[in-house]
Amino acid sequence: MELTFWTYEGPPHVGAIRIANSMRGVHLLLHSPQGDTYADLLFTMIERDRKRPPVTYTTFQARDLGSDTAELVTGTLQSTVDRFRPSVLLVGDSCTAELIQDQPGTLATGAGLDVPIIPLEMLAYSRKENWGAAETFYSLVRGLLNRQAPEPGWTRPARPQGQRPKVNLLGPTSLGFRCRDDIIEVQKLLESVGVVAPLGASPQDLLRIPEADANICLYPEVADTTCAWLQRTFKQPTISTVPIGVGATRDFLQELAETLGLTECEVTADAVCRLPWYSRSVDSTYLTGKRVFIFADATHALAAARMAREELGFEVVGLGTYSREQARAVRKAAKDYGLEALITDNYLEVEKAVAELQPELVLGTQMERHIAKKLGIGCAVISTPAHVQDYPARYSPQMGFEGANVIFDTWVHPLVMGLEEHLLTMFRDDFEFNDDKVPSHLAAVGGTSHRPAEAPAAEGADDAALRWEADAEKELKKIPFFVRGKARRNTEKYAMERGVAAINVETLYEAKAHFSR
Amino acid sequence: MSNAVLASDRPGSAPITQERGQRAVFCGLTSIIWLHRKIQDAFFLVVGSRTCAHLIQSAAGVMIFAEPRFATAVLQDRDLAGLADANEELDRVAAQVIARRPEIKTVFLVSSCPSEVIKLDLANAAQRLGEKYDGRVRFIDYSGSGIETTFTQGEDSCLESLAAKLPADDSGEPALMVAGSLPDIVEDQFARLFEQLGIGPVHFFPARSSTAMPPVGPNTRLLLAQPFLGNATRALEKRGAKLLKAPYPYGAEGTTAWLRAAADAFGVAPGHFEQVTAAPRARAERALEAPRERLTGKRITFLPDSQMELPLARFLQRECGMELGEIGTPFFDQQTMAAELPLLPEGVRITEGQDLDPQLDRVRAARPDLTVCGLGIANPLESEGLRTKWSIELVFTPVHGYDQAGDLAGLFTRPLARQDMLEV
Ligand code: SF4
Ligand code: SF4
Repeated sequence: MELTFWTYEGPPHVGAIRIANSMRGVHLLLHSPQGDTYADLLFTMIERDRKRPPVTYTTFQARDLGSDTAELVTGTLQSTVDRFRPSVLLVGDSCTAELIQDQPGTLATGAGLDVPIIPLEMLAYSRKENWGAAETFYSLVRGLLNRQAPEPGWTRPARPQGQRPKVNLLGPTSLGFRCRDDIIEVQKLLESVGVVAPLGASPQDLLRIPEADANICLYPEVADTTCAWLQRTFKQPTISTVPIGVGATRDFLQELAETLGLTECEVTADAVCRLPWYSRSVDSTYLTGKRVFIFADATHALAAARMAREELGFEVVGLGTYSREQARAVRKAAKDYGLEALITDNYLEVEKAVAELQPELVLGTQMERHIAKKLGIGCAVISTPAHVQDYPARYSPQMGFEGANVIFDTWVHPLVMGLEEHLLTMFRDDFEFNDDKVPSHLAAVGGTSHRPAEAPAAEGADDAALRWEADAEKELKKIPFFVRGKARRNTEKYAMERGVAAINVETLYEAKAHFSR
Repeated sequence: MSNAVLASDRPGSAPITQERGQRAVFCGLTSIIWLHRKIQDAFFLVVGSRTCAHLIQSAAGVMIFAEPRFATAVLQDRDLAGLADANEELDRVAAQVIARRPEIKTVFLVSSCPSEVIKLDLANAAQRLGEKYDGRVRFIDYSGSGIETTFTQGEDSCLESLAAKLPADDSGEPALMVAGSLPDIVEDQFARLFEQLGIGPVHFFPARSSTAMPPVGPNTRLLLAQPFLGNATRALEKRGAKLLKAPYPYGAEGTTAWLRAAADAFGVAPGHFEQVTAAPRARAERALEAPRERLTGKRITFLPDSQMELPLARFLQRECGMELGEIGTPFFDQQTMAAELPLLPEGVRITEGQDLDPQLDRVRAARPDLTVCGLGIANPLESEGLRTKWSIELVFTPVHGYDQAGDLAGLFTRPLARQDMLEV
C-alpha cells in the first residue's frame, strides 16, 4: 500500500479514455463500477468538451458480483455496438474489474460482433495514466497495422526523386497540455504532414501511418512505444526532439532535415519569434539568475529546464518529474545542471523541496501551483495535470516559435518586474507601497491574501543552536519578501557553517557578500 | 434493460419505474469531500486504488488548499499477489497518517471496490488498530465503494457505522437528534430555532468533533436533515431512536413542516410555534418571490444523483411553480421518502436507478428548461442547447432552512438568467 494524498496521474484506464476521446470512430467499453464514471468530468469540465467521452461503463454493482458480471459485459457489448456503431471498439478493465477477471477483451473478441475489437490490458495496480494512454495508442496502432506489416528484413525504398517528404505527428491527446494548439503550430513548421494522431484521427487515418517518411514523436509519454514499433516494423525513423523553446525548435528542424535528407532549412527563429529579442532587451536584465524550480511530466520538465537556462537566463535550482517511465532522461539533464533530479509522485516531497529551495519561480503542474501559492512564490503551469484555467480560450501553444513567445510571456508574468523590484526596496517603508502588496499586475489574483507567512526556515535552522538577534531580524524584514526567504536561508547556512550561534546584522551582510553572484 | 414496475403506494399516481443499465454517478467515496470538512478531528483513509484517489480529487474539482484530512492507501501489485501482509501494510500506513496528523482523534477506514472484492476485512483492522492506539485514536470502518454505495450514500454508510458506536442515552429525557451533515451556519440557525421553540437537548449528527458524537437511546427523536440516510436511520432505530416523519427542510414550506414535526413531538404549543416561525418563514417567502417569477411554468428534469431529487422537485414545484418532468433518483427509500411522496403532484414520472443513454434520449426529446445532472453530463447537454444545474453544488452549498430558501431557488434561476443575458 502506498499512502497517497494527491495524485499526479490517474489510473491507466483514464489514459485509455484519453485515447478514445482523442479520436473519431473509436469507442471504449470499460468494465468498471459506477463511481469510475467520474472520468467523464475530466473531459467535459476540465477540457470543456461538448460531448461525453466515447465510453460505455458496465457499472456493475455488488449484487452483480454474486451472479454474473460476464453476462453484463456481453449484454453491454451488443448494446454499445448497436448504439454507437464505432469503427473500432476498445475493451478494457478498470482496477476493480481487473480483480474479478471477467476478461472482457476475450469475451468481446469471441462475441462475433461485426466491429474490430482491440482488447486492452491496463495493469491498474502497477501502472498509471500516461502509461495507459501509451499502451492504448500502441495497441490500437499495432492492432490495425499488423496486417500490413512487411516481412522482417524489408527495407524502406528511398523516397522517389521530387516527391515531397511527409511526416506523421504522433502523441497529441485529449487532456494533454496545449496539444490542441501545439499541433497547429508544429504543422506551420512542416511542409506536408501525413497523419496527426491520436488527436483528431480516425482508425482509417491510422492505416495511412506507414505511408509517411518519418514519425515525429511529439509527446514521448504517449507515443514512445508506438514510434519504436513503427520504426522496427515499417522502418520509419523517429524524430525525437520535442520542439519546445527556440533552441529545441531549431534542433527539431535540424533533426528533421537530416532525417529526411533535406539540405537546407530556411526557417530562422528571429524571423518569426520574439523571444530572442525580448530576452536580450534591457528590461529583461532583471531575469538574470532568477532561481527557478521545475517539476512536471518529463517532456515539459526537460524543455522548461533548457529554456529557463538558455533562453531566459534563469538559474535552475530544482528539476524533477513524476513520470518514472522517463526518469532516466530527467536524471541525466539534472546532472548537467549540477542537480539531483527529484523523481517522485508524492507531492509532499515536492512541496518540501520547494520550501527548502525558496525559488523565485516555480514551473510545474496544478499541484505545484498550489504549493507555490501556499508558499507565496510565483508560478506558471507547464504540464498536466492541469486545471480548467490551463485550457485557455486563446491560441496558446507551447511548441514551435509562437510557443516560445507564449512561454516567455507566461513565465515572466508572475515575477516581480525589474523596476518594481528596485522601487520596492527603495520605498520599503512606504505604508502603501511595501512588500505586503502583490505586484500590481497580479492584484486581481487575490490581493494580499496569498502573501505567505514568513517563509519556513531551512532544515535544521530551528535548531536551538541558531538564534536571530532582534536587530538582525529587523534588518531581514527590510529585505523585500521575494528574496527574504533566500536571504534567511543563506544567512543561516553561512552561520551554521561557521559555527556562529547568534546572527546579528553583521552576519547577515557577511552572508550576503559571501553568496553574492 | 428490464423495466420492472413497482406497485404504487400513491393512488392515482404514476408508478416508480426501475431501470438497470449504465449509471453515471459518483461512488460513496465522494462524500468524504464534505464529511472531512464537517468532522474536523477525523481523518478519512480510503483503502483502494489509484482510481479512488483520483475520483476524490477530481470530484472535489480543486485541491483543497489546506493539507487534506483524507488520503488513499493505494493497493499495489504486491498487496494483491499476497506478497505483502495486508494487516502489516495497514498498520504502517495508519502510523504514517497519525505521525503526520497527531491531532487526529478518529480515523475512518473507508473500503472501496477493490478492497471489498479482495475481501480485505477493514472491520477487523479497525478493531485491531483501535486496540493498538488505545484511547488515543479511534478507528471506524465503513464502505464508500461504488459497488455498494452511490454518491451521498457514502455519508449514509459512514453514519450507519457511527450509529452503532454512539454512546447510549438512557436518561429517559426526550432528546432531538438532527441527522445529516449540514454546513455549520445552517446548523447554527436550526439550533437557534429549536432553542426558541423550547426544544432540547438538540444533538446534531454527525457532530463537528468525532469525540463529541451524540448519545442515542429510546428517548431519541430522530429528524432527518438529509434525504439520503436510509441505512443510518435504520441503525439509529436499532439503538432505540424514533424517526419523526417529515419532509426535508427545503424552502419555506418544507422547513416549516420539518420544524413542526419536531415541535409536535416535543409538545410545543401551536401558538408558540407560529410565533417563532412566522418571521423567518415570511422572510423565506419574500426571498422566493423573485426566483418564483423566473421559474414559474419552467420544466425541470432530474437525472439520478444525490437522492435529494424528490424533495427538491417538491420544493421547485410547490414553492417555485416549476413543472416536473422525469425525476430520476439513484435509489428510492420508502421510509425516508414517506412524507415527500404525497406532496408530489399526481402522475409525475419517477425513475429509480439509471440506464444512461436512453435516459439522455428522453431528456433530448422532452427538452426541459432545466436539467439537474452530474458534472460529467452538464456540458454535453449545454452544448445541445439545454440548460443544466450541476447537482453536486446542491450538496456543497448551504441550501437548507428558511434563510437559504432564496439561495436554493437561486441555484436554479441562475442558469436561466444567464441564458437570457448572453447574446453570443
Ligand atoms: S467506484 Fe470503486 S473503484 Fe471506482 S473510485 Fe469508487 S470505490 Fe474506487
Ligand atoms: S506590476 Fe504593474 S507596475 Fe509593476 S512593472 Fe508590472 S505593470 Fe508596472
